[in-house]
Amino acid sequence: MPKDHGIGASSKRREDVRFLTGRGRYTDDINLHGQTYVHFLRSDVAHGRLHKVDTSAAEAMPGVVRIFTGKDFEGVGGLPCGWQVTDRHGNPMQEPAHPVLAQGKVRHVGDPIAAVVAETAAQARNAAEAIVLDIEELPAVVDMKKALSADAPKVHDDLTSNLCYDWGFVEENKGAVDEAFARAAHVTTLELVNNRLSPNAMEPRVAVGDYNAGTDDSTLYTTSQNPHVIRLLMGAFVLGIPEHKLRVVAPDVGGGFGSKIFHYAEEAFCTFAAKQIRRPVKWTCSRSEAFITDAHGRDHVTKIELALDAENNFTALRTETYANMGAYLSTFAPSVPTWLHGTLMAGNYKTPLIYVNVKAVFTNTVPVDAYRGAGRPEATYQLERLVDKAARELGVDPVDLRRQNFVTQFPYATPVAVEYDTGDYHATMDKLLEMIDRDGFEARAAKSKADGKLRGLGINCYIEACGIAPSALVGQLGARAGLYESATVRVNATGGIVVMTGSHSHGQGHETSFAQVVADMIGVPEAQVEIVHGDTANTPMGMGTYGSRSIAVGGSAMVRATEKIINKAKKIAAHLLEASDSDIELKDGQFTVAGTDKSVAWGDVTLAAYVPHNYPLTELEPGLEETAFYDPNNFTYPAGAYACEVEIDPDTGKVRICSFAAADDFGNVINPMIVSGQVHGGLAQGIGQALLENVSYDENGQLLSASYMDYAMPRADDVPFYQVDHSCVTPCTHNPLGVKGCGEAGAIGSPPAVVNAVIDALHRGGMTHVAHIDMPLTPARVWSAMQG
Amino acid sequence: MYNFEFAKPATIAEAVEALAGEEAQALGGGQTLLPTMKQRLAAPATLVSLNAIPEMIGVCVNEAGEVCIGGATPHATVAREAQAQYPALAALASHIGDPAVRNRGTIGGSLANNDPSACYPAAALGSGAVIKTNTRDIPADDYFQGMFETALDEGEIITEVRFPVPQKANYQKFVQPASRFALVGVFVAKYADGVRVAVTGASSDGVFRWHEAEAALSADFSKAAIEGLAAPTGAMISDLHGSGDYRAHLVKVMTGRAVAAAS
Ligand SMILES: Cc1cc2nc3c(=O)[nH]c(=O)nc-3n(C[C@H](O)[C@H](O)[C@H](O)COP(=O)(O)OP(=O)(O)OC[C@H]3O[C@@H](n4cnc5c(N)ncnc54)[C@H](O)[C@@H]3O)c2cc1C
Repeated sequence: MPKDHGIGASSKRREDVRFLTGRGRYTDDINLHGQTYVHFLRSDVAHGRLHKVDTSAAEAMPGVVRIFTGKDFEGVGGLPCGWQVTDRHGNPMQEPAHPVLAQGKVRHVGDPIAAVVAETAAQARNAAEAIVLDIEELPAVVDMKKALSADAPKVHDDLTSNLCYDWGFVEENKGAVDEAFARAAHVTTLELVNNRLSPNAMEPRVAVGDYNAGTDDSTLYTTSQNPHVIRLLMGAFVLGIPEHKLRVVAPDVGGGFGSKIFHYAEEAFCTFAAKQIRRPVKWTCSRSEAFITDAHGRDHVTKIELALDAENNFTALRTETYANMGAYLSTFAPSVPTWLHGTLMAGNYKTPLIYVNVKAVFTNTVPVDAYRGAGRPEATYQLERLVDKAARELGVDPVDLRRQNFVTQFPYATPVAVEYDTGDYHATMDKLLEMIDRDGFEARAAKSKADGKLRGLGINCYIEACGIAPSALVGQLGARAGLYESATVRVNATGGIVVMTGSHSHGQGHETSFAQVVADMIGVPEAQVEIVHGDTANTPMGMGTYGSRSIAVGGSAMVRATEKIINKAKKIAAHLLEASDSDIELKDGQFTVAGTDKSVAWGDVTLAAYVPHNYPLTELEPGLEETAFYDPNNFTYPAGAYACEVEIDPDTGKVRICSFAAADDFGNVINPMIVSGQVHGGLAQGIGQALLENVSYDENGQLLSASYMDYAMPRADDVPFYQVDHSCVTPCTHNPLGVKGCGEAGAIGSPPAVVNAVIDALHRGGMTHVAHIDMPLTPARVWSAMQG
Repeated sequence: MYNFEFAKPATIAEAVEALAGEEAQALGGGQTLLPTMKQRLAAPATLVSLNAIPEMIGVCVNEAGEVCIGGATPHATVAREAQAQYPALAALASHIGDPAVRNRGTIGGSLANNDPSACYPAAALGSGAVIKTNTRDIPADDYFQGMFETALDEGEIITEVRFPVPQKANYQKFVQPASRFALVGVFVAKYADGVRVAVTGASSDGVFRWHEAEAALSADFSKAAIEGLAAPTGAMISDLHGSGDYRAHLVKVMTGRAVAAAS
């Protein structure tokens, strides 16, 4: 019987009451007394020299409070990059300056040039139109390979080229990998593009800066996935405000998908300007602005090769990837194509030798950074497309080829620096095959054929590394931050519990699932547990939510803090029951003395902690509040198998997804309904990438897909009813809940399933010349591939 | 959006008068005009709403048996009220945009705007409709003059559109994946005196008639009749959603489907 309470129960999301009834409190709902509004004047050319910004006419416009330009930020720090990658030759990456407002040059359409602060948003915008710019347009670099040619215009004049780094991983293995290829019985090669995506969270970004001249405190309200990280980056690197004088609040946030991890210019601007003008400053991003300022995702161009021996065992893997950084380094951009991508190239397979080369390139485009999956979708897509192609070339069943090469012994140290602690890839594949009725496929294909359609089936695996990560390890890899998580558990006198977590919920349902864990551990109703997050003033220093890390890292911190609470409460109970604390058991909110009927309720113990009349004051402090910081000793490794069935209309090239099945191993599951929801959302994003979404620039760096008229988001009728399963469980071996994380899996595992299915359909339809089609598989692209 | 004055006349005559003012512009459903104003690409001094003029709203049948649609009639109303007399036209209206767009957007606004990917221009041209304005009647064949270009003069209002009802008709829309406007849309209508085929979405000259297909279908109204035809050439649109060749191919596919589905 499914549980109705605590860990494992599909408790209804408590936050939905406010979200679905319009009672959420988002950043744009925050309006402060005396608030002003800022409008950013942004570059409409991709690359240009900024000769003059004449604000004189604009200053005289009605309502203008003050106009800022790059000059105002000359003494201020630039936006920092949080990860330094070391290249193949041991040199640090090239790291350009990233000013808050453009200085000297503009480098992408959307680069902010001036900021007009006015009494109303309309006045700010009116005045911005009166600013006179003298910009000398320069030739833009958009294509990565062209950007690396010797005569390419440089995005940053002070760098030696547009190459950020040339990374080799593992560089020492390169020779051995090349030798294995020389010896291979078969080599499969694939060149592909991982298309650039725009994140499109439902809530656009917003920032409100406030300054209290009486106390010299600054506050930033912002749409962030990690308010403490913003406080640290902005306070220490940009504005020079110590953390005790800076508060960052990320209230209800309407989706992030990675794009709200990063520290953006607008956040620093509002905080800075509020202090300058001594009034609150608000910025609300328009949807059009979001397309040209939110960090984009993906944008890799890859050549990947697989070597196999005569028995079809994978013997080596080699890749060469060009990764677009855009015009500046967004906060964690360098880590995405390297440590979040190269380390996953083993996939579910025991390939002994792997070499990954990544060239990160600056172009005159919006910066690119982590987006749902970050690096792992790119790795999975290449590998799972490649294995499918290899199976086709060898004439073997793609599932069999995968199974033959699965990792089966755990822990497993890959040749790309990570160690999978546990997993069972056959189990998820078995479950998937059970879900999809593979044997019935031929009959379904025959039916489609009779309707004039081509049917195909795509199957693939994925593995990802979540729960980022051990601080010591990421520090070695170049992270300029730790990656632990924190929680404070505060028990009130009457027994209610408040958990202050460093994780941040922006759609994931933490307020429900985190409460389930604590309620379960103590044995009280979930309603007795409240989860507080998103405000640096009342939560312990935390690293926030991304990389599917909240339950694995933040949840573990919360478990540790709750354990401390239970230990202390047992001591109090032992005192009240006149027993030894080692004999005290806690079950269903009652402390009992083992083997007796003596008991005391949770509420009596918590009351005693705060009204310590009968209390062991000489041994124990009063009160019941504990904090824990948890630093994991490994990543977690969710894995699974996905299947997609498609039908193609050969007359138009239109792909319809008939069914999609996902069998995931997320370790232990706290709330199955929320987990299913996370998978559903991830699948929609993965299907969006595979069939619809594409950020497209012309050769001058103008964004062609700059609105929903041209950027296709998946809609309800683009996706099928999903079959999802997470009953295959190999609990994570190194965190207390045995959990792995589920937030990104859907987006990681699904693109190759869709593309494999389309290629399968075309081959079955006789179009064996189509080895690959680059995403998104729009009707036009599929049709033109079919024409040969 | 810049500030503007707002007028809401109750008769066509008042509307015409209001539109004679400096930088005045007609407002239908605002589904095209308001986004343009929000982006500050349009800045009329006065908006003259046509939404409160009873004589411009509604669907009826005249003595000649033509379906007459008031120029300010929203798509949703056409979808509902033209269903009995002209089901192909009602079906077209019912697939424009989403419910919000259909409840606000009007036939007059759509035809006045003449977006090269819009649906109504295909129905009007494909039906040989007459666009009635405050000053004259304009046959559809003279009305459409290239993308975003029409025969309308400054301040002229579409008050009604009259559609002769065909024996059979159908509209096939292949959607552009992002906007869901027509990547290619084909309206086929079979009249006693011949077949009309109007194509939207495909050409940078805007909606056009595919005369070769009309001739072939007038002789033999079957999908097979157009199979031997070359896809139309001309100024096919090539953009990030599809090449000109792809659009030309789709014109033929959609024409065949419209013929097969015509009822
Ligand atoms: C999300 C979305 C999806 C859409 N999808 C589709 C689609 O799939 N297919 C499609 O065909 N269209 C689509 N549209 C456009 C929609 O049909 C609009 O109704 C149409 O483009 C304009 O009509 P309107 O009444 O809103 O005109 P408005 O926006 O009010 O006006 C448009 C122009 O016409 C002028 N005008 C308005 N009424 C008259 C009149 N009676 N006489 C003379 N001039 C007039 C105005 O001055 C203005 O220049 C979509 C729009 C949106 C926002």
